[in-house]
Amino acid sequence: MASRIVTLLVNGTPQEVIVRPGTTLVSVLRDQLELTGTKRGCADGSCGACSVVVDGKAVRSCLIPAETVDEAEVTTVEGITPVGGLGPLQEALVEGFATQCGFCNSGMLMVATALIAENPDPSDADIMRAISGNVCRCTGYHPIIRAIRDAAAKMRGAQQIAAE
Amino acid sequence: MAKHFGRGFAAVNYPTGMNLGGDPSQALVHATPTGVFSVVLSSVDLGQGIKTIAAQCAAEVLGLPVENVLVDTADTDTGPHCMGTFASRGTHRVGNAVIMAAREAREVMLEVAAEEMEVDAADLETDGTGFVKLKGSEEKKISIMDVALAAHFKQGRTISGRGMFMKPRNYPDPETGAMDPDSAQSHACTVVDVSVDDETGEVEVLKLQSVYELGRALNPAMVHQQITGGAWMGISHALYETTEPYYPDRSHGPVSFSDYLMPGPSDTPPVTSVVIERPVANGPFGGKGIGEMTANSPIPAIANAIFDACGARVEELPITPERVLRALDAARETAVEA
Repeated sequence: MASRIVTLLVNGTPQEVIVRPGTTLVSVLRDQLELTGTKRGCADGSCGACSVVVDGKAVRSCLIPAETVDEAEVTTVEGITPVGGLGPLQEALVEGFATQCGFCNSGMLMVATALIAENPDPSDADIMRAISGNVCRCTGYHPIIRAIRDAAAKMRGAQQIAAE
Repeated sequence: MAKHFGRGFAAVNYPTGMNLGGDPSQALVHATPTGVFSVVLSSVDLGQGIKTIAAQCAAEVLGLPVENVLVDTADTDTGPHCMGTFASRGTHRVGNAVIMAAREAREVMLEVAAEEMEVDAADLETDGTGFVKLKGSEEKKISIMDVALAAHFKQGRTISGRGMFMKPRNYPDPETGAMDPDSAQSHACTVVDVSVDDETGEVEVLKLQSVYELGRALNPAMVHQQITGGAWMGISHALYETTEPYYPDRSHGPVSFSDYLMPGPSDTPPVTSVVIERPVANGPFGGKGIGEMTANSPIPAIANAIFDACGARVEELPITPERVLRALDAARETAVEA
């Protein structure tokens, strides 16, 4: 089978990449577009470290052949990171001491991004369900759950101020 | 066919450092021209926070805000030697080495400042915010940035210091077996509440409470974080993790995270921790190690809680539902025989 061109809107920027059949989205992001914030963990979909948001849904980019998401909108951790600063979710992770080795952070952040976009006021149970496919080996999850809850509250506050 | 509730506890004494082959770590500290101090180490921060602790120790000694310290752990080929970050030794060994290096650098810093201010270095002190000042005076002071600039471009000196910590190798006494293998010991106790389903053998950890005595908590937020993470690891070892569930038979051995079981976010009970501080004389500002021990006491505490709940004494890890059910059968058989 021949390589083909896949068009993606990555973090708001149109990208055209040439991919061989079966090339995974994580390979395109990391190796071709050099967006190395997305981590390659288990490569079989069981750790969640490579999670990105595709058309509003959090997916494991190691399981997605790039040619199946042609024309899709992809958000990676770089896309939620303001130039020279941190987004509200990232800030909450830092403030809440919810990072240790950091390898799960990008995946957790993207799953939380999709969750809050869909449900701005998630309960702890909602958060646990959302991150249940993301393995963290360091923190015991409590600080991550708290950080996502805190960030969601802060983002709701900011939206309210913007609306007023 | 019922759920049984039980409580168990376990205590742990845990060594800080392990000088079986000598246990050294070294540190180098120097001022950059801007008065930002660099701490160079080969100690690796794998998430436990040694860079934060090293920065805190250096800042405290140098009298600087912690933001004015950069910790460089970039290269173990070129950095000063570190035995490694293991054995709960990082805070203690590296912290002590950084303090020693920062003290030497501080002495030079005060000499340079003394020359700039035309006073005696012995009459100078730091104010903790980035100034060297004359003792007893609020006006006569110089910023550490100006001190660093003067050292670099006027006096031609390096503001630098060398530090090391080494506890010499210790051998066991051939007669008694007694030896001195560590520098301090931290202590902890964990109390766990569980429920055990006697039909499925499933164990749920409902609550996990720990108290730790670890010298001085140099960074209390990180200490509590280590305890929370360690509690999860302890639960994981006690109830979930194994590479060979039917050792030595390899069957059912996990091949990915989907069958290598670990507790997920909703399998993690509320965890509380209390820290008692009794500073130890040989520790950096009194600190001892806490890293590894946090995963220890939860395991026997959970095993004891299961026994308390239903009389099943499981002596192999992990305590899987199958093992709980087999232990319950054995307990019933013993009861019938009696």
